[in-house]
Amino acid sequence: MKKRNLAALVTAGAMCLGLLAGCGGQAENTPAGTNSDPAGETSSAGTAGGTFKVGFIGPLTGPNASYGNSASQGAQIAVNEINALGGAIQFELRVQDDVSDAETAVNAYNSLMDWGMQALVGPVTTGPAVSVAAETYNDRVFAVTPSASSLDVIDGKDNYFQICFTDPNQGISAATYLSESLPDATVAVIYNNGDAYSTGIYEAFAQEYERLGGQIVYTGTFTDDSQTDFSVQLTAAQNAGADLIFAPIYYTPASVILTQGAAMGYDFTLFGCDGMDGILGVEGFDTALAEGMLLLTPFSADLEENATFVDAYETAYGSTPDQFAADGYDCVYALYTALQEAGCTADMSAEDICEALIPVMTQIEVDGMTGLLSWAATGEVTKDFDVYVVENGAYVVA
Amino acid sequence: MAFLQYLISGISLGSIYAIIALGYTMVYGIAKMLNFAHGDVIMVGGYISFCTTSYLDLPGWVSVVFAVVVCTVLGVVIEGLAYRPLRQAGSLAVLITAIGVSYLLQNAAQLIWGATPKNFTSLINFQVPEFLGRLNVSGVMLVTVCACVVIMLGLTWFTSQTKMGKAMRACSEDRGAAQLMGINVNRTISMTFAIGSALAAIAGVLLCSYSPVLQPTTGSMPGIKAFTAAVFGGIGSIPGAFLGGVLLGIIEAMARAYLSSNLANSIVFVVLILVLLIRPAGLLGKYVPEKV
Repeated sequence: MKKRNLAALVTAGAMCLGLLAGCGGQAENTPAGTNSDPAGETSSAGTAGGTFKVGFIGPLTGPNASYGNSASQGAQIAVNEINALGGAIQFELRVQDDVSDAETAVNAYNSLMDWGMQALVGPVTTGPAVSVAAETYNDRVFAVTPSASSLDVIDGKDNYFQICFTDPNQGISAATYLSESLPDATVAVIYNNGDAYSTGIYEAFAQEYERLGGQIVYTGTFTDDSQTDFSVQLTAAQNAGADLIFAPIYYTPASVILTQGAAMGYDFTLFGCDGMDGILGVEGFDTALAEGMLLLTPFSADLEENATFVDAYETAYGSTPDQFAADGYDCVYALYTALQEAGCTADMSAEDICEALIPVMTQIEVDGMTGLLSWAATGEVTKDFDVYVVENGAYVVA
Repeated sequence: MAFLQYLISGISLGSIYAIIALGYTMVYGIAKMLNFAHGDVIMVGGYISFCTTSYLDLPGWVSVVFAVVVCTVLGVVIEGLAYRPLRQAGSLAVLITAIGVSYLLQNAAQLIWGATPKNFTSLINFQVPEFLGRLNVSGVMLVTVCACVVIMLGLTWFTSQTKMGKAMRACSEDRGAAQLMGINVNRTISMTFAIGSALAAIAGVLLCSYSPVLQPTTGSMPGIKAFTAAVFGGIGSIPGAFLGGVLLGIIEAMARAYLSSNLANSIVFVVLILVLLIRPAGLLGKYVPEKV
């Protein structure tokens, strides 16, 4: 009997640890909120004011954690700034982890709704955003996503707005850049055809690049299950004579491509989109491998006009903000500007706020960290993009 | 030429599967249990090596020794705490416990190292000069294949020539009779786990040198593939695990190159089903009729 007990103990221990690990994934960086808001008492209908409950959903753990952490920290900086102004509008931000998983994101959304969320920032990645956007549309909750760039996210939803470029937009911009600035490059593509973001950019890119007279010598695909080994795709690209690989993918598989390419002795330039941002921050990654890499992103921490935000971020979190942090920051300011413009008060319900903000969004302009932003009624953003090149471990305008 | 290059990729990937499969097959052959936590011991090996090189700044070979020692101890402790009390229990109970241990290790790794992937810096950095025209053979590939062959030959010698190895084979054939002949069965099984886990540590370092993303689930998919390889080659057979692993790697690389990179995993498992339909005991497995 004694031996059985021991086995039971081990099994029970395993279960407890599992539970603990589950808890570790939850973000708890907001104090328990109450419904009373000091500023709200004095405000009357028509003038904006009060403490708004803003929810945030994004991956804080898992393979895409860099995106969610950056965006939530950027959003927090914006919230701190706005609250410190002491104006009529105050924000309370609550952050939830979705591990970049659609089902977890919907659960996170429901728990934020129980908390009394009035507007949503997020989700950060496309898959979860598609699921959560449908929920917000049905519940009439206003939402801005920092970085979910697929058209599926905003398609048919009047309440959902993007801070980032759409996928087709990124693909077209990349194709234009390549045919104008690097006309001599022999281009291969590697993309994740199990992922909406990657496929969306690839399709627009391939169409536009060929229309402009370019030729893709090799197209390789992979899925989430096979993103740890690219030796076959890299061999094929090398045999096809490619010296530039366009990879509209996330940074984790991109780090594998760079490492395995270097191990093979294959010399190529990697060209990525906004999902590539964050690669320099992967623990243990040899940034020398990323030297010369190109990426399409609307934000650089090195520009002087962004210095205030960069300093505040570095002081608070000890790292340099990337594009996702800037996107998160811009989300909060977009929301702030729209709330001001629409004259919303914190005692309004999420539905009323949503209906009030939708017509305003197409009229406002926000001078954010990622450029001068304005929106179409579809939820698409208009702003400038830049191509950066990695030099000495930092982004430099190419 | 491209075909040869794919073949080389396949063989080196297959050699990693083979080293993992050797661990699976040893444990199955002697303890008659499927140790599903084997894949996670690989992951622990990778993390230990990562920590020794990145945080303690020790040279690569020291980190390999460290990983082997930690994993060996871990393997023996897992066997002693989780599997030994279930020696007389049904095989289903042991199987479920093994799955439990697998989750325990994954979640413990998540608590200790976090869920964010780390980039493992390859321990093998030398470049093999190009030969036969344009064939690229990286240092990692060469070391992996050599390590795999050496380990396979070493294990074959160990089980056929040494006293401990003979005890292992005796336990494998008839545990009761072996005990009657004065063999300490518990010690023999512990020894098997120690060897299997040491191999897992080496496999972990090689796997992460080949594919640098290190996260708590790193060992899961290679673990399942290696289990497939062990069954493919005939579970319980040491040359079988080697053959199964290498063939599996080649099939996977070829499927990815010529058929579809999305279907590569499915094709691997379809081949497994076909082999098992034709040879139920695997390629090199012995078919032992159940005596009633």
